[in-house]
Amino acid sequence: MRYNEPSPLEVRVISQRFDLPNSASIDTYLANEGYVAIKKALDMTPEAIIEELKRSSLRGRGGAGFPTGMKWSFVPRNTGKPTYVICNSDESEPGTCKDRLLMENDPHQLIEGMMIAAWTIKSNKGYIFIRGEYRYLIEIVDRAIAEAYERGYLGKNLFGSGWDFDLYTHTGAGAYECGEESALLESLEGRRGVPRLKPPFPAVVGAFQSPTILNNCETFASVPVIIRNGGIWFAELGTPRNGGTRLVCVSGHVNKPGVYELPMGFPVMRLINEVCGGMRNGKKLKAVIPGGSSAPVLRAEECENLPYDYDSLAKLKTMAGSGGLVVLDEDTDIVAVALRTIKFYAHESCGWCIPCREGTTWLKKILTRFHEGGGQKSDIDLIGDLADNMLGRTFCALGDAAAMPTTGFITKFRDEFEAYLKKSQTTAPVPELVNI
Amino acid sequence: MADPVKFMVDGQHLQAPAGTLLINAAKEAGIAIPAFCYYDGISLQAACRMCLVEVEKTPKLQVACTLPVAEGMVVHTDSPQVRKARKGTLEFLLTNHPLDCPVCDKGGECELQDMVFRYGAGESRYRETKLHVDEKQWSPIVFYDAPRCILCYRCVRICGEGLGVAALGIGNRGAAAEIVPNKGDHLECDECGACIDICPVGALTSGTYRYKTRPWEMEHVGTICTHCSDGCKTTLGVRNGDIMRANNRDRSGVNDEFLCVKGRYAFDFNENPDRLTAPLVRTNGELKPVSWAIALATVAKKFSEVKAKGGTFGVIGSNHTSNEENYLLQKFARQVLGTSNIDHHRTGDVATLLDALSGRTNALAATADLYTTKAALVVDSDLAQEHPFLAYQLRANWRHHKARVYAVTPGPVREDNYGTGVRAEPGREFEALDGLRSKLAAEPELLILFGAAVKGEAIRQLVAFGDSLGIPVKYVCLVDYSNSRGASDMGVLPDLLPGYHHVSEAGLEPGMNCDQILSAPNLDVLWVVGANPLARQPLAAANAFVVVNEMFLSTETARRADVVFPAMSAYEKNGTVTNVCGDVQKLTKGAKTMGTKSDLDIIALLAKEMRADLGATTPEQVFEEIRTAVPGYQKLPFGVIETGGAAATSPLNGRVQFDPRPELIRPAGNTLFTSGTLGRFSPMLNSVIESPGALYHDPHHRPFIEKGSGQIVTVQDK
Amino acid sequence: MTFSPELEARFAKLLKSYPPGRTRSAVVPMLLYAQDEVGCVSQELIEEVARRCGVTTLQVDEVIGYYSMLHRKPLGKYHVQVCTNIACQALGGEELYEHASRTLGLGNKEATPDGLISLEEVECMGACSWAPAIQINYDFHHLVTPERFDRLIEALRDGSYGKKAS
Repeated sequence: MRYNEPSPLEVRVISQRFDLPNSASIDTYLANEGYVAIKKALDMTPEAIIEELKRSSLRGRGGAGFPTGMKWSFVPRNTGKPTYVICNSDESEPGTCKDRLLMENDPHQLIEGMMIAAWTIKSNKGYIFIRGEYRYLIEIVDRAIAEAYERGYLGKNLFGSGWDFDLYTHTGAGAYECGEESALLESLEGRRGVPRLKPPFPAVVGAFQSPTILNNCETFASVPVIIRNGGIWFAELGTPRNGGTRLVCVSGHVNKPGVYELPMGFPVMRLINEVCGGMRNGKKLKAVIPGGSSAPVLRAEECENLPYDYDSLAKLKTMAGSGGLVVLDEDTDIVAVALRTIKFYAHESCGWCIPCREGTTWLKKILTRFHEGGGQKSDIDLIGDLADNMLGRTFCALGDAAAMPTTGFITKFRDEFEAYLKKSQTTAPVPELVNI
Repeated sequence: MADPVKFMVDGQHLQAPAGTLLINAAKEAGIAIPAFCYYDGISLQAACRMCLVEVEKTPKLQVACTLPVAEGMVVHTDSPQVRKARKGTLEFLLTNHPLDCPVCDKGGECELQDMVFRYGAGESRYRETKLHVDEKQWSPIVFYDAPRCILCYRCVRICGEGLGVAALGIGNRGAAAEIVPNKGDHLECDECGACIDICPVGALTSGTYRYKTRPWEMEHVGTICTHCSDGCKTTLGVRNGDIMRANNRDRSGVNDEFLCVKGRYAFDFNENPDRLTAPLVRTNGELKPVSWAIALATVAKKFSEVKAKGGTFGVIGSNHTSNEENYLLQKFARQVLGTSNIDHHRTGDVATLLDALSGRTNALAATADLYTTKAALVVDSDLAQEHPFLAYQLRANWRHHKARVYAVTPGPVREDNYGTGVRAEPGREFEALDGLRSKLAAEPELLILFGAAVKGEAIRQLVAFGDSLGIPVKYVCLVDYSNSRGASDMGVLPDLLPGYHHVSEAGLEPGMNCDQILSAPNLDVLWVVGANPLARQPLAAANAFVVVNEMFLSTETARRADVVFPAMSAYEKNGTVTNVCGDVQKLTKGAKTMGTKSDLDIIALLAKEMRADLGATTPEQVFEEIRTAVPGYQKLPFGVIETGGAAATSPLNGRVQFDPRPELIRPAGNTLFTSGTLGRFSPMLNSVIESPGALYHDPHHRPFIEKGSGQIVTVQDK
Repeated sequence: MTFSPELEARFAKLLKSYPPGRTRSAVVPMLLYAQDEVGCVSQELIEEVARRCGVTTLQVDEVIGYYSMLHRKPLGKYHVQVCTNIACQALGGEELYEHASRTLGLGNKEATPDGLISLEEVECMGACSWAPAIQINYDFHHLVTPERFDRLIEALRDGSYGKKAS
C-alpha cells in the first residue's frame, strides 16, 4: 500500500511499481522490467558496474549521503575471505518512513539491487536487516525471497553463471543505534548494537570479519534502474553531484503529508505547497526539520528557494539525511520539539561513550525542567555549551545527531526559549546547583 | 626494521615505530594524555573520550588511544580546545556520579578524583537530580555500585580477555547501562578480583577491604604470595601490622598485575584468631603455653639427649618456608643433628628432570619465557586451577603474540578455548603426544609444562620426545606450593645436598625419606617445620618426641606435637623463595603477629641453645651463603632480587645421582579455592568456594573422556 | 523448552541462515520470535536460546538489556504502542498517549490486571507521514484520533479486533 495519494509532480523511478496490483509479487516485477538489470550486470565487470554507479551520482539514502559507487569500490578483492552484502532496513530516523514502502510494495527491486552488489564483489550471502517493529515487512520480504528462489533468481548457479547467492532477512529488536552500520553488524552477529571502532570500515572488515557492502534499503533499490537505464540517465534526473530521485517523507502540518518520489534538487517550498497541498488550516510555516530528526532545523525564511539535495542543505549547515521532512507551523512549541528530540536520543544512546550517554541525559533533564517552567536564562547557553561538548567528541555519529539539532533549536529559535523564561518567572522555582 | 615515524607533540619533535599509538608515544616522551578506558594490554575501546587531542589538519579532535602516529603529524595535547573537551567530559561523568568520596574505598587513589583535580571544572552547572541505583553484592568478594561506575569496561575486558572467564557483561543501555554479572544477580567466576583492582573508581569494591581503612593509612609492602608455586608478587597494604589488602597495582614482579583469589584475598589466614602466639609444651598430656626460653630449652635438651645416645631423628621441611630456612634446616639436620633423615612433601620430580636434561643448555624455562615462547604444551595439568598465573601468562602470550598452546589433559581445561586441546586418559599421554608430533615439530620452539603425573621414567620419555621434535624445547616441572622448588633446590631431601649434589660428596649416607620417617617404629624425634605430614599418614613411632613449627594448632601434625613453636607466616618475614620456574624472588616482612618467630630464628636459636655453630643465621647472611655455596644460585644477581625482581636460577647441568622414588611425588591437587592445609585457615577462601570448584571442571559440559574408555580425542583444534 | 512447530521451523531456518560457526547471530531474532510466543523473555528462554546458539546466558542477558523490544516481564496480550516522536507529536501524538494512559488507566509499560492490554510510549515507528500512529502488537494503525483509538480498544475488549492493519 502507498498510504497516501501520489502527486502528479512526482518522478516515479524506484516507486514506479508501487501502485500496480500485487506490486510485491515476482510476476508483477518480472512484467515490469524486473530482473533485467541483474542479467545485464552479469555481463559487466565489477569495474564497469561501479563506474556506472559513480556516473549515476547515487549517494547513500540512509543519512550520510556517501557516494555509493565509491563505497563499493573500497571492498577489497580476492582476500580469500567470503564477502557479504547487507541491506540496512533498520529505518528508525524520526521523520522517515520510506524503506517501509519500498519493502512493502516492491521487495524484488531491493532483492535485485542486492544481487547486483553481490555479483560485483562475488558475494554468496546477503542479509536484509529489518527493524523489529516492521514484522509484517519481514513476512513480505521473506515471501519475495522465497519466490525468487522458486524462479531461480536466488540460490545456486544463477543464470548458469556458476555464481551462488543466498539472501536472508534478519530482524532487529528495537534500537535506533543499529542504523549505524557497524552497530548493525554487531547486532547481526548477535551482540549489543554498539558501534565498532573505525577504521577498519565495513567495506574491508564488515560482517563476520569479512569485506562487506552495506547500504541503505533505498540505495539498493535505486541500483537496478541505474544498471538498466545507465548512470548518466539517473544522474540527469537530479542536480550535479546529487543524482537521481529520492523518496521524500513529508510529515507534520501540511495538508497532504506522504512519501513522494522527487528528483534531487526539488525545491522545498514547492514540495510543501504543491506536492503536499500547502500548510494545513492555512497556518504559516514556522520551521522545517529537513532530513530526519538529526538534521538541524531550518526557519521558514531559510526554506525559500531551497533545492532539496545534499549539497544545498549542507550549505545551510543542515542535511538531507534520511529524506524525512517534518514541517512545523506557526503554532508549534519549539521547546517541546527540542525536548522530544533529545528525549529520543537519550533513549537511544547506546551508552558506550561518556559524552553521548551523559550529555543526552543531562540535556533531556534540563529541557524537561525548562519545558515545565523551571528554566532560567543561563540554561539556554548551558544547553548550547553541552551540545558543543558532545559535538564531534562521541564514539559514533549518534552524539552529533543529538547535539546538532539541539544547537539548531536554540540558535534558530532562541527567541522562543527566551519567551519561555518570561512564562516561567511565575511558575516553578529554579532548583539549586548540585555539587558535582 | 622500518624507519621510525617522525611527528611532533606539544612542540617536541618525537619519533616512534610505525603503528605506535599516540597515547603511548606521548607517554614515552613524558607527555601524559589522560584516559580511563585505555589500558595497556587489553583491547581498545575509545569509549571514555578523555584522550581527545588536537591534530593539525584534522577538523575534529582525535582519539589518542586508537590513533597510530603518522609521519609529520602535529599534535597538541594542551590546547584550549583540548582542555575544554576534557573539562566537558569530566563534567558529564560527574553529573551522575554520587560524589560519596568521603566514604568511598577508592578515595585518595581514585583516577576520577585525580582527573577532576587536574583537568576538571571548579564549579558546578548541574541542577538536576542524579540517577540512583542501589549497590549490589555479587559474591563474598565483589560488590558493585552502579552510580559510581564510569563504564570504562576495563573490568569486562580483563575478565573476558585477560582471564578468559568472561563473567562480566554490560546490561541495559544509555544512561542506565551498567556492568552485570554472569548469573543474573551474582557472579560465578574465579573470584580473582582483577575487576576490582582494575576499576579506576570505586564502582567495584572487595568484601575483604571495603570500609576498612583509608589508602594513605597503609604501608605498602611488596612480597611474594605464599600459596601456589607461581610466585606472584603481591603488594600488601599493612596497617598496624595487619594486612588490609593485597594487590599488584604497580604491575611489578613476574606477574604484572595478575593475582588469583588466593593472592589477592587469602591473606586472611594471617589474622586468623586461632594463630598461635606462644610456644606450647605438652605437660601431663596437654599442650600448655610456655615462654620461648622454656620451649627452646626443652627441645634443645631433647635433641641433645637423643643425639648423644645415637637415637633416630626425622626432619620434615616445608613447601612454604623460605630458601634460607630450608637451607638452614638441612644444615642443622646434617651438621647439628648429624642425620640425613630429612625430606619434604615432594610435589614434582625436579631432580629427575635435571638429570634427564643433563648436557642440554637453555632447557629450563623461566617465568618470563611463558609470555614469549612461540608455542607451549601443557601435559597433565589444569593450569588455570593449579597454576593460575602460568595459565594467565600463556593466555596473554596467545592474546598478544598469537602463541600456539596445546593441552594434553585427562579433562577439559581453559586452554581448549583458544588452543589445541587433546583429551587423553591418564597413562596414555604419550600416545596423545605422538598424535601431536608433526604439529609440534613444525613449531619454531616449544615450552613444555608437565604436571606431577609425569615423573620418574615418564620425564625421561618426555625429554626424549622433546629431543625427537628437532626444535629448541624448554621445560617446566609443575611443582605445587610457594617454595616446593626451593625445598628441593636447598637439599631438603635425604640423598641430595643443596644444588642436587649427592650426600656422598659430603661423606654422608642417604637418609630416610618422608614416608620412611613416618613409618619408622624406632623414631626418637620428629621435627616438622611448617608442614602437615600427619594429615596423610599416621606416625608409626608412638613414643617419638614431636616438635612442630606451626601457625595453627589444629593441624593433624601440631595436635600430635610435644612442643609447638608458633611460627611466622611468609608475610611476616624476610628471605627468598624460588617459584615453579626456578625464579628467585624476595619475601619482605609486612605483617606482624606478636609472639611468633620465623623458622629461621627458631632454627638458629635451637642451634645456639645446643651450643652448635651454624654460621650465618640472618636471612641476608644465609642468602649470601646460598649464593656462595649452592650450585644454580651462584650467579643470582643480588641487585635484581633485592629490588623486588625475579632472577632465574641455573641449576647444575650434569647427571644427578639420587634415588628417584617417583611414588613420593604427590601433587597437591589444589584448585583456585584450596591451598592445602593453609587454605583451611582462610575464612574468605572458604566462603567463595564455587564453580569451578574442581580440577578439570567443564562449565560448558563438553564430552568428557571417561577413565578407562581408552579414548584420545582432540576437542578443539585451532 | 518446547515451541510450536512453526516456531521450531523458523528457528531451524534461522540457524541455517548464518555462516558456519556463527549461530550467535540468531540470538536476537530467536529471542524476539520466541518472546512473541512465550509472552516474555523468561529465564528458561534465556537458557534455551543460549544453549541453541552456543553462547553464555550472560551474552544473552547483555542483548536483552540492550534492545527495547525485548522484555523480561509479560506485557498485555495486546501491546498498544503510541508514538510521540516529533512527526506524531506535531499531530497530537502526545495528547493521544495521554488519552490512552487516562482511558486505559495505565502508565508506561503497564498492563491491565486482566493482562489483555498493555501500553507503551514508543519512539518513531516509521509511520511519520501518516501520523499520529500506533502499533497494536505488530499491526500499524495510522492517522489515529482519540475516537478511533477508543474504537480500537473497544474491539480489543470485545474480541472483534482483526489482524488487518488499517
